[in-house]
Amino acid sequence: MSKNAIIEWIDKRFPLTSNWKAHLTEYYAPKNFNFWYYFGSLAMLVLVNQIITGIFLTMNYKPDASMAFASVEYIMRDVDYGWLIRYMHSTGASMFFVVVYLHMFRGMLYGSYQKPRELLWLVGMGIFFILMSLAFTGYILPWGQMSYWGAQVIISMFGAIPLIGDTLSQWLLGDFTLSDAALNRFFAYHVVTLPILLVTLVFVHILALHEVGSNNPDGIEIKKNRDPQTNIPVDGIPFHPYYSVKDIFGVIGFLIVFCAIIFFAPEFGGYFLEHNNFIPANQLQTPDHIAPVWYFTPYYSMLRAVTVNFLWIDAKLWGVILMAASVVIFAFLPWLDKSKVKSIRYKGPIFKFALGMFVLSFFVLGWLGMKSPTPLYTVLAQIFTVIYFAFFLLMPWYSKIDKTKPEPTRVKE
Amino acid sequence: MMKFKILLFLLCMVPVALFAAEPRIPLNKAPIDTADNASLQRGAITFANYCLTCHGASFMRYNRHRDIGLDEKAVLEQLVYTGQKAGDLMLTAMREKEGEGWFGVTPPDLSVIARSHGADWLYTYLRAFYRDDTTVSGWNNLVFDRAAMPHVLYKMQGSQILEADDDIYTLHLETPGTMSPSEFDDYVADLVNYLVYLGEPAANDRKRIGFFVMIFLFGMLGLTYALKREYWRDIH
Repeated sequence: MSKNAIIEWIDKRFPLTSNWKAHLTEYYAPKNFNFWYYFGSLAMLVLVNQIITGIFLTMNYKPDASMAFASVEYIMRDVDYGWLIRYMHSTGASMFFVVVYLHMFRGMLYGSYQKPRELLWLVGMGIFFILMSLAFTGYILPWGQMSYWGAQVIISMFGAIPLIGDTLSQWLLGDFTLSDAALNRFFAYHVVTLPILLVTLVFVHILALHEVGSNNPDGIEIKKNRDPQTNIPVDGIPFHPYYSVKDIFGVIGFLIVFCAIIFFAPEFGGYFLEHNNFIPANQLQTPDHIAPVWYFTPYYSMLRAVTVNFLWIDAKLWGVILMAASVVIFAFLPWLDKSKVKSIRYKGPIFKFALGMFVLSFFVLGWLGMKSPTPLYTVLAQIFTVIYFAFFLLMPWYSKIDKTKPEPTRVKE
Repeated sequence: MMKFKILLFLLCMVPVALFAAEPRIPLNKAPIDTADNASLQRGAITFANYCLTCHGASFMRYNRHRDIGLDEKAVLEQLVYTGQKAGDLMLTAMREKEGEGWFGVTPPDLSVIARSHGADWLYTYLRAFYRDDTTVSGWNNLVFDRAAMPHVLYKMQGSQILEADDDIYTLHLETPGTMSPSEFDDYVADLVNYLVYLGEPAANDRKRIGFFVMIFLFGMLGLTYALKREYWRDIH
């Protein structure tokens, strides 16, 4: 039987060739993708890395409060190349957020959330929330001091919800305090529930993408301009082989950064693996300084920024509401942006300024979230929280009055 | 709700003693080199003699010291004093309850102490003990105020006394030990070097392998770039 005969046999029973064409060789992507367009495929790469290294870690990790810390050190010392698997997973967690943040920022730069890609953006937001849950449940597992006390802070946020708060946090923990019962269930979420949800949503994300087609740095629809004979978008090129070979180059570039961290700075100065997390969890000793891992610090800053009671709701609950809002608000971007154009290339100066201020506030809040609060830092956090929300909430107004440039009809090189 | 308030209060206000207050002196840079096997072996022997009596290094196996050039025979001769086998974990000789009774706290396991505290902290801490009659053990420490641990390396360093001028703290050698101050510094540096190795025994392997991984990846970067350029030649 020749190769073609095998494929024919399969094609009669399964849509192999048609899917291969629809999603790879005849999926037309705009030819003007730039640097920012690497991060989607890189996020997939990190996802695969997390799943594979995660499976091997699970083989030796013990989700038991009295054994978890020791089992991680067992992996680091006694499992062959266990240190490599563990560092790939721990570095992968941080790099997942790096690539996802850059991927989201790409969407904000070029208006990728705008019509007709609203649903694609929403599925992406779902992925982002699941990713945050995965990071949280995963960080508990080594059962170090930061695992324990960081989780305490997050669980107590649920406790701040009026009326049902205490019951809810007990239900989540399976106990009155954070203990072995919680470790067990967070392990179950981390290795079963959340990965299944994540992989499913990523699949849906790609399906949605291939339905509407990729946006591009010019923010114009390549499907509007098709070759009359072939019906192929004139500015489109087949994903495979063009973007598959380009993404392989991107993968190697990423791996250089990724491996440099894994092999030469796996703790990344305490940002990826916090120093205090090398002390086993101790219920009786609160560390003098609790800071979440870097990718949560902007939201953590906003949690701490509210210091006054307001409208019958006390400051802590406002903090929790604000923190939740700071994450969820991304989902509303498709409806907040009233601009006539998608890409920043054709948007006006107000949008460029607003986006710049948003990026600045994200970094400043992230930095503040790692510091112990002082009166000055709290005021700074409040100012930048206002700027952060202003970027979103004022967008319907400033994106409408902003002076945009006309979009071209063809993509630029 | 109440729990959350307490927690936020703790977060914001209290520098609760995990490692007590801030050091009262700036930390010294630890002069260590984890590629120096002779130094690591000297540190290992000091560790087995002085630390392992009360502290465990319970994630580490004795025979792992092959990393630093000690084979099983050498390990059994130089590091094992209480009849363990070469493949055993380095557990402490002391019982947990006894430790709590003697020091008020169970002495912490030292397997990853260098990863939580850092080499500089350890190097400064181990050299910053001084006589203090107000503490239970008669010793106090400039880096870790009211440390429960007495000055175990007293015989070598001798005893220091504190001179405080406002916020400037200096230590003076009152009774010299068996080592000169510079000999003692080297001695502690070897021990700290070993503690850093103990924190991550695979670290030297990691860097060695990483070197080759990076060479491979940079080669691949060139190749994949050439491949991409070849394919994209006809795209305008």
